[in-house]
Amino acid sequence: MTSATSRPAPGEPPSPRPGPRPKPAPPSGAPIRVTGAQALVRSLEAVGCEVVFGIPGGTILPAYDPLLDSTKVRHILVRHEQGAGHAATGYAQATGKVGVCMATSGPGATNLVTPLADANMDSVPVVAITGQQSRPLIGTDAFQEADICGITMPITKHNFLVTDAADIPRAIAEAFHLASTGRPGPVLVDIPKDVLQEMTSYSWPPELRLPGYRPTTRPHGKQVREAAKLIAAARRPVLYVGGGVIKAEASPELLELAESTGIPVVTTLMARGAFPDSHPQHLGMPGMHGTVSAVAAMQKSDLLIALGARFDDRVTGKLSTFAPDAQVVHADIDPAEISKNRRADVPIVGDCKEIIGELVDAVRVEKENAARAVDLTPWWAQINALRETFPLGYDWPEDGTLSPQYVIERIGVLTPADTLFTAGVGQHQMWAAQFVKYETPRTWINSGGLGTMGYAVPAAMGAKAGVPDVQVWAIDGDGCFQMTNQELATCAIEGIPIKVAVINNGNLGMVRQWQTLFYGERYSSTDLGTHKHRIPDFKLLAEAYGCAGLRAESRDEVDAVIQKAMEINDRPVVIDFVVGKDAQVWPMVGPGTGNSEIMAARGIRPLFDEDE
Amino acid sequence: MTRHTLSVLVEDKPGVLARVAGLFSRRGFNIESLAVGRTEHPDISRMTIVVSVDELPLEQVTKQLNKLINVIKIVELEPAASVQRQLLLVKVRADATVRSQVLETVQLFRAKVVDVSPEAVTVEATGTSEKLDALLRMLEPYGLREIVQSGMVAIGRGARSITATAVR
Repeated sequence: MTSATSRPAPGEPPSPRPGPRPKPAPPSGAPIRVTGAQALVRSLEAVGCEVVFGIPGGTILPAYDPLLDSTKVRHILVRHEQGAGHAATGYAQATGKVGVCMATSGPGATNLVTPLADANMDSVPVVAITGQQSRPLIGTDAFQEADICGITMPITKHNFLVTDAADIPRAIAEAFHLASTGRPGPVLVDIPKDVLQEMTSYSWPPELRLPGYRPTTRPHGKQVREAAKLIAAARRPVLYVGGGVIKAEASPELLELAESTGIPVVTTLMARGAFPDSHPQHLGMPGMHGTVSAVAAMQKSDLLIALGARFDDRVTGKLSTFAPDAQVVHADIDPAEISKNRRADVPIVGDCKEIIGELVDAVRVEKENAARAVDLTPWWAQINALRETFPLGYDWPEDGTLSPQYVIERIGVLTPADTLFTAGVGQHQMWAAQFVKYETPRTWINSGGLGTMGYAVPAAMGAKAGVPDVQVWAIDGDGCFQMTNQELATCAIEGIPIKVAVINNGNLGMVRQWQTLFYGERYSSTDLGTHKHRIPDFKLLAEAYGCAGLRAESRDEVDAVIQKAMEINDRPVVIDFVVGKDAQVWPMVGPGTGNSEIMAARGIRPLFDEDE
Repeated sequence: MTRHTLSVLVEDKPGVLARVAGLFSRRGFNIESLAVGRTEHPDISRMTIVVSVDELPLEQVTKQLNKLINVIKIVELEPAASVQRQLLLVKVRADATVRSQVLETVQLFRAKVVDVSPEAVTVEATGTSEKLDALLRMLEPYGLREIVQSGMVAIGRGARSITATAVR
């Protein structure tokens, strides 16, 4: 798009239609005269943005005019800005590219706050573009004015208020660069309406001016060698794999490191899929609802090799009793994560792909030089004993209702291997992390750090827009689903046929579980009435939104309804799985307790009880 | 907890002070003193921040500060290897009967009187916070009517410049 197909700016007379001899297109890089809005759309095209999720409004209106003409950027009109933000996140997590959302000033921008905070916690590359009141009105409490740069300062990697139309290409280029490099994260670009309207000259590429931004990607050789020494000498090592491995596309290197060393692997909630679940060295997920073997291996370990992980409290439990005998090798691209919660014995700052690649070689050298190799057989014997005694499992509800775990397990089994799953937050999320088996990266997308209920449907929409040929399932809860299901309208109209499995237990299930366990079964405000009153009726709701609505209430309906959902590809499908309300997520490390007190089921503490 | 003086070179852009101040408050670190001003480079401002924290949290503060895109460089200035100064203006109650005593104290501290009226003198003093505290203690018996203090500014001793290497 080098030819100047610019529309006239508002207030300017339309230019005459091009004559029989159109002017030659200016050479690439030469400045051309455009409006700020045209500069914005051209910049988005130039950085390779393919999809924008958004809603127009007063101050962003000028940007929507040239957007109508763009053949490279598809705008998907969502129903709520929060949906746009999570869709951008889902798109980014599915594709590895930068997700883009757009909103108007004031309430449009503040509705992006939750998804931006979410993307910030989970290090997702997202660029948000917001309209702002015209420059003379800023600071006057004008209509739909909000200081969105001030508001999002703590929840973005960076943000910009553009005060000159000439700066738009640079702001967009810098925003995409910041969002996608180093530790990825959300970047917001706030553009006043009059800046979008004024004439400016546009040229690409602009010069980036980020003197304070120099992320370290190449690891320090000495640190890698130090780490390799510890790895080669460790008797009870564990590879503690976090979401950074997926962000760095480092799964092949991880597989090589794991197989060449024979070290057990755990993958955090954000890293599910980074290492194949079917691999015999994979112990599953650590943390509050991790497997007994994964949690136990870390507790008993003498060396944790943390790769792109951040020692989150949901993984460590009570920090002072976490992995008490372990030395720590901590590799992360963000130096501030290293030794933030747990002191690292060997810190390695850099990109996980490079670090793990170099570790493979360094450990090999280390082992060749060692007098004799450390035998991990006793370590594996300990782990395997736990793995066999306490496998992941569930009981069917005693009241004869449908088991939610069974539903999720069947979806995992019946769907194709490359199916992509998103989830909301709560019991269904944990079950989806436990009972669906993930073999490849970017097949599991969820809200880990912020724990944003309502994430599943818009994230699935964004993911499906990014990888349209892959089946995308949102595993959702009835609580979460009611927070963001308006995006079903977007999916139905824009041709984004996602599948939504509503694990409907009629309650805010995880909160109810805590009330059962820690609040004496006093169920304060957790019954949503989706069972008792069937309000809303999810099947009818789906149909009202132009989706297929299905329902399953008993075990023998489950497989058939999943099959049926997979046959419908011309519109989104919503399945109301009516499941029992008393099912609980196990294993569990109780809040405020140490990981050694992990309960395989209520009252059963395998590590605590066996204490020699 | 020990006191640390951080020199922070930042891009001279709107909102940088808010970013730095916000970072300190949301990570739970207390700023004892903060001063901002221009440097010999037109695009770079320099903040001098004094914080009271232990060694480990200090490392976290520095790393978090470094993550701010507008922060270019952070240097911790050791008291022994740097010159640290604060500016104090204090209005002391001093009529004719005690004025000479007040002036004597002012001279002892190599401070100076910058305004005088029949009931009061205004004293200007620079120095470390310890010296200024000592001056205030000496003046207190006369009656301190109003005090205003700047944040601490600090610069390393010797020929080396921390700003020289920050800009290509």
